[in-house]
Amino acid sequence: MLKLLQLLEEDCTLTNDQLAAMANVSVQEVEETRRRLEEEKVILGYKAIVDWDRTQREAVTALIEVKVTPQRGDGFARIAQRIYQYDEVESVYLMSGAYDLTVIISGRTLKEVALFVAEKLSPIEGVTGTATHFILKKYKEKHLIFEKQETQEERFVFE
Amino acid sequence: MDYEKILCSRVRAIPPSGIRKYFDLLQGMEDGISLGIGEPDFQTPWHIRDAGIYSLEKGFTKYTPNAGLSDLRAAISRYLKRRFDLDYAPNGQVLVTVGGSEALDLAFRCLLEPGDEVIIPTPSFVCYGPLVSMLHGVPVPVETLAEDEFRLTPEQLRAAITPRTRAVVLPFPNNPTGGIMGREHLEALAEVLRGTDIMVVSDEIYAELTYGQHHVSMGNLPEMKERTIVINGFSKAYSMTGWRLGYACGPKPVIAAMTKLHQYAIMSAPTTSQYAAIEALEHGDGDIEAMREEYDGRRRFLVDGFRRLGLDCFEPRGAFYTFPCIRSTGLTSEEFCDRFLAAERVAVIPGSAFGPGGEGYVRACYAASMRDLAEALTRLERFLKTI
Repeated sequence: MLKLLQLLEEDCTLTNDQLAAMANVSVQEVEETRRRLEEEKVILGYKAIVDWDRTQREAVTALIEVKVTPQRGDGFARIAQRIYQYDEVESVYLMSGAYDLTVIISGRTLKEVALFVAEKLSPIEGVTGTATHFILKKYKEKHLIFEKQETQEERFVFE
Repeated sequence: MDYEKILCSRVRAIPPSGIRKYFDLLQGMEDGISLGIGEPDFQTPWHIRDAGIYSLEKGFTKYTPNAGLSDLRAAISRYLKRRFDLDYAPNGQVLVTVGGSEALDLAFRCLLEPGDEVIIPTPSFVCYGPLVSMLHGVPVPVETLAEDEFRLTPEQLRAAITPRTRAVVLPFPNNPTGGIMGREHLEALAEVLRGTDIMVVSDEIYAELTYGQHHVSMGNLPEMKERTIVINGFSKAYSMTGWRLGYACGPKPVIAAMTKLHQYAIMSAPTTSQYAAIEALEHGDGDIEAMREEYDGRRRFLVDGFRRLGLDCFEPRGAFYTFPCIRSTGLTSEEFCDRFLAAERVAVIPGSAFGPGGEGYVRACYAASMRDLAEALTRLERFLKTI
């Protein structure tokens, strides 16, 4: 199961046949395990990693440090939930250290993101402070490098 | 000038590589897939590259001692003990070379008198024969067979030995077959060799790439260490082909002779590479495991794929090659490769290129992305329907 997850995390376009051969299990076992893992939310989904900078579409992403007052009984969960319900919010993480939540937001323009923080995020009850950091350039995400790598001249000697 | 007269007859007698044409053809193709080159598709792990860069920053740009940096030789010695239970003293029993290839060349140079015979199991890497021939030696190919899992058998070895036999090459884990030799198989060969003056040149460059069982070196069998030269390197285990770094370990007088030649021909192996190699040996075990596991998955996928398409495929347990049998197609190895490349733009190498015993097989390397391997199998399926 772990092997299967590792393989899928690396490349979710692998077919069940390929996964079976690589993990050394039957195709049927792959199908069943995958179904179970999806049901149990061990596998949350399958998505493409897109470099929008290479397209016409304008997009900005910001990382927002959020300080909150934890609520009795719910801790941070309730506030996190109120934040992640917004479609603009890509990710929310509870952090150790100087602030409490990392919220990653994407929008079309700087202004759109700034307005979201000012009008939606900050007013949430329990949010005591925010600091917005815009992402200027992405170099690497999920082990994938955004820049095209230069390739070496290939050799064709016989080995 | 008539260069045919100037160039020595031995070098002229070496046949040109029959492989180049596949790469030349493939290069002109838009969506060609090469399963031809025997090279890891991983980059050298970053911490190893970084160690090389750091050595340059510190200004370590001079020659090293002829036999290699003493720290590197010590690291090699510890590594061989740790991974293969081999005992070689850093001073006197280890020589750092320009790739395993130089070590092979040196070994033959130090062993052969004109007319001496070298037993070479085939199919195997193509360099042994020409290196031996250049020294006026006589390559004696011995065909290993699929039914023996491409191992050299003691009967074959015994039959090939003559009073002129100086050395036997042990190219295991094997390129191109993926065959390996377990301890019991090596022991059977050792039984034939003990008490003789025949040296074993053990090319163990793929030692770290075995699947399901650990590599065993001829060098750790009783009474064999004194008649074995172990050759290994960094290219395959750490994906360091371009760094050109290998080593030879063996009895002191042999390594001393090889070091003497090496200091005249080469001086010392590349300094930057040697510093990087220390990092590889000291902190690279995890990289080896990760790459091996990745290769292993691709190996199963490709072997499985060939079998599903009806091609007999021996279970390769070492290196990163599959060696499917294509006799059922009615084509020769070369016809198969020519037509597969022309029709489907996939390069594989005819088994016949690897010496006697290779006809009827092709070599497909799985040091390629899963995407390419999957696409190659799809194209193979289409191709097989047209034959």
